[in-house]
Amino acid sequence: MNNTDIKLLKEIAGINGKIKGAYNIRRNGKGIERQVTDNINIVTKKDKPGIDIYVKEDTQNETVYIPVIITSGGIDDTVYNDFYIGKNAKVTIIAGCGIQNDVDERARHEGIHTFYLEEGSQTKYVEKHYGTGEGTGDKVLNPITEIYSKKGSNMEIETVQIKGVDSSIRETKAVLEDDTMLSISEKIMTHGKQYAKTIFDVELNGKNARTHVVSRAVAVEDSIQEFESRVEGNNLSYGHVECDAIIKDSGKVTAVPAIIANNVEANLIHEATIGKIAGEQLLKLMTLGLNEKKAEEQIIAGFLK
Amino acid sequence: MLEIKNLKFERDNKKILNNINLNIDDNKFIVITGPNGSGKSTLAKIIMGIEKQDSGEVIFENKDITDLSINERAEVGISFAFQQPVKFKGITVYDMLKLAASKNISKDEACSILSRVGLCALEYIDREINSSLSGGELKRIEIATVISREARLSIFDEPEAGIDLWSFNNLIKEFKKMRKEIKGTTIIISHQERILEIADEVILLKDGKINKIGKKEDIVGCVFENNCTLKVGDKNE
Repeated sequence: MNNTDIKLLKEIAGINGKIKGAYNIRRNGKGIERQVTDNINIVTKKDKPGIDIYVKEDTQNETVYIPVIITSGGIDDTVYNDFYIGKNAKVTIIAGCGIQNDVDERARHEGIHTFYLEEGSQTKYVEKHYGTGEGTGDKVLNPITEIYSKKGSNMEIETVQIKGVDSSIRETKAVLEDDTMLSISEKIMTHGKQYAKTIFDVELNGKNARTHVVSRAVAVEDSIQEFESRVEGNNLSYGHVECDAIIKDSGKVTAVPAIIANNVEANLIHEATIGKIAGEQLLKLMTLGLNEKKAEEQIIAGFLK
Repeated sequence: MLEIKNLKFERDNKKILNNINLNIDDNKFIVITGPNGSGKSTLAKIIMGIEKQDSGEVIFENKDITDLSINERAEVGISFAFQQPVKFKGITVYDMLKLAASKNISKDEACSILSRVGLCALEYIDREINSSLSGGELKRIEIATVISREARLSIFDEPEAGIDLWSFNNLIKEFKKMRKEIKGTTIIISHQERILEIADEVILLKDGKINKIGKKEDIVGCVFENNCTLKVGDKNE
């Protein structure tokens, strides 16, 4: 691995030196390194690009890294990764995509991830998107995540996209059975003429299926963000979607909520707030000695923390 | 330490502050009181720079700060507790106390500041300053940010508003302690008799003018009367 690879891996997956546990590193459309453990197996797909990740039942507190890096423009990479999380397994998956594009051609990555969560399993999925480089070629990322949660399983998703990605459409679909929980925390900051769209589509089919989605977005300069969510309660279930956005300069944000209750026991809430930084917040921090610019930075940093 | 000269502030044809002149000495505990709409909060905000007067000057420690911004006034040693505490998503109580102290204080130090306003610190230190906190909790955190600044002039805009009786008793204790131990001047905007009691001086504002300056017992009877007899110490007459 060269310095660019190391820098990108550190940025998106916190990898610094030797990785403990299972991992698969994909660079410019090809797998370059892999390690498996007794409990976690990674197998290359035969019919299409991508891998299958098998986590044995009862696996406890293991981590799998599956970062993707693109170090050049002109690459158009689509990958299909399927995760089979065994019964009562407890696992953390660190994904993410980093693009360094120093040329004028577009670099694009589309990661299609499907999770099959067995009964009682607990999965934490962390995904960070990052783009950098001197070229004018766009850095485009379009992840799709599908989740099928069986009884008693729990999934926590953290996605972060701060700067550098010119265009992204992130789509998350989930189908939840009895006693399941899906919590999603998304943080996006866009600059320049960047565009980011998020789509959440959650079906609460099981009794006591629960979801909690928190999206925090900052759109500055001429960037545009869209947030679409659709939560459908088909049983005794609970869904809470919270979309908060700060806009600055000519930034634009659209939030389109849909909550659909098909069962009288479904309890669904959608909250959406879009606005500039509150003047009173700036005033408060200025009374502590911060100038307006620093106060603004502090507010945004806290908001996206 | 603080001198206010010929201060005027008018909005919608109403003279909110009508030629205020005031001298406040160092190490004093001052309470500004008066009926609603008398201009108390506006005066406090003008001292901090949050509102801008139409005319007049603000002198702090012999320096004309009339044209200084809010943060520049904070830097020269003025701090301000808002009547309505501001909420922040993502900023924790600990973050805010560190910002207020302008240095990297330890969690233990932050906890000891919080305990001074009657908050059981460990429960609060990592909580965000958002709507999950009650009005009383937010208010106490707001007061804690001012305490942690250890400024030479601390201004509290109605600190008693929105806090429960137990916290209020603690607050009185804290103000007494500040009066005794901390060097510098405190200005409190308040209607509360128990806060008036601990003041070195009470300033009564009415209709945008200083109506009276004196001890609590000289003032209390005047607050709700229309024609208060003026005594020695009145500045604007």
